[in-house]
Amino acid sequence: MAADTLTAQDYISHHLTNLTLGFHPEHGLTFAHDAEEAAAMGFWALHVDSLLWSIGLGYLAYRFMRGVAQKATAGVPTGAQNFLEWIVDFVNENVRGSFSAKNDLVAPLALTVFVWVFLMNLMDLLPVDLIPYAFAQFMSLFGADPHHVYMRIVPTTDPNITFGMSLAVFLLVLYYSIKIKGVGGFASELTMQPFGKFGLPANLVLEGISLLSKPLSLSLRLFGNLYAGEMIFILIALMYGHNLLLDVSGMTLQLAWAIFHILIITLQAFIFMVLTIVYLDMAHQHH
Amino acid sequence: MNINLTLLVQMIAFGVFVAFCMKYVWPPIMKALEERTAKIAEGLAAAERGKEEQELGEQRALEVMKEAKTNAADIVSQAQKRYNEIVDEAKRDAQAEAERIRHAAQAEIEQEANRAREELRERMGQLAVAAAEKILQKEVDAKTHQDLIASFAKQI
Repeated sequence: MAADTLTAQDYISHHLTNLTLGFHPEHGLTFAHDAEEAAAMGFWALHVDSLLWSIGLGYLAYRFMRGVAQKATAGVPTGAQNFLEWIVDFVNENVRGSFSAKNDLVAPLALTVFVWVFLMNLMDLLPVDLIPYAFAQFMSLFGADPHHVYMRIVPTTDPNITFGMSLAVFLLVLYYSIKIKGVGGFASELTMQPFGKFGLPANLVLEGISLLSKPLSLSLRLFGNLYAGEMIFILIALMYGHNLLLDVSGMTLQLAWAIFHILIITLQAFIFMVLTIVYLDMAHQHH
Repeated sequence: MNINLTLLVQMIAFGVFVAFCMKYVWPPIMKALEERTAKIAEGLAAAERGKEEQELGEQRALEVMKEAKTNAADIVSQAQKRYNEIVDEAKRDAQAEAERIRHAAQAEIEQEANRAREELRERMGQLAVAAAEKILQKEVDAKTHQDLIASFAKQI
């Protein structure tokens, strides 16, 4: 729809730029007006849109789950309690299947990961222009140029979000590795296998890579899938507004991709949860 | 696509959500689930017990019915026996009564006959005396010859 006034490249990059708040070397504390300004802000900047949607969705999910949990009865469950119990049972089954040690943190962690990631992924199913366009129009009421108002509504297409979660999981893995195995145990796990003590450098390289690949693969898998999915939605959106044939095929493609995407968003949330459980289980294992 | 402070904020938010979920969401739900599991197990056990009790009750009812049938049969046979006894007794009584009446009647008849005989004897005595009077043409004192008359009467 916006392709008439913008080039396709502008349209795409507009959709891939976050609403960034930070210190610009020249303009001070401000919202970035384009991608270059956002890049110039360096590390001390916030993706306000990603955080707003991420924390907002997390808070909604938390309020819902807490509300149901406080009223939960052992009698016949109804409505919301039934629904939440279904999810909790599902998560609990997975934790019991993959996690052999005893740790009260893992199951609530897995539940949070699954529900939160799923909700953040779910935003991908909203039409790509719906909220960004409405937000830009809304901001233009306050004198902002709508072409420089950015809004990305799928937090999991922001690597900051996925890396933030996977790093938190990684920190837990390190914490429990050291807590369960001791510093020496953890160090020897990294250096004394698989080739014995004479292959120490090789061991360190292999085990180090395998350790570091955990947070990396965890976040990049989620980010890559969702980013690619969003990109396809954006490309499909480019088809609209030219002629009837393109409109119809665009609608068909969008519907087909959305239906397929339901599988992907659920699967990615599930994979993130299962890998979190598995990594924590490995942290609890003695060799 | 810049890595920036967003990452740290997301990490903190993640930690906070996990902590709250661990404190306020997971335990009540698990408690409800476990309580329900216990309740269902209890219910199943109670149903099992109830079934056993029902079977026992049915067995007991059958026994009671059998006993009642036996009792009823006993009572009927006893009643039959008693009936027979009563009938027999009544028969015996009736026979005895009949016998008694017959004896009484016989005794009466004999008495009557004896009396008639006695009377006849007396009359015969008087007749004989009268006849002898006539024959002897002289009055014989009845009193004086009482013994004679009596012995005569006895011989008739």
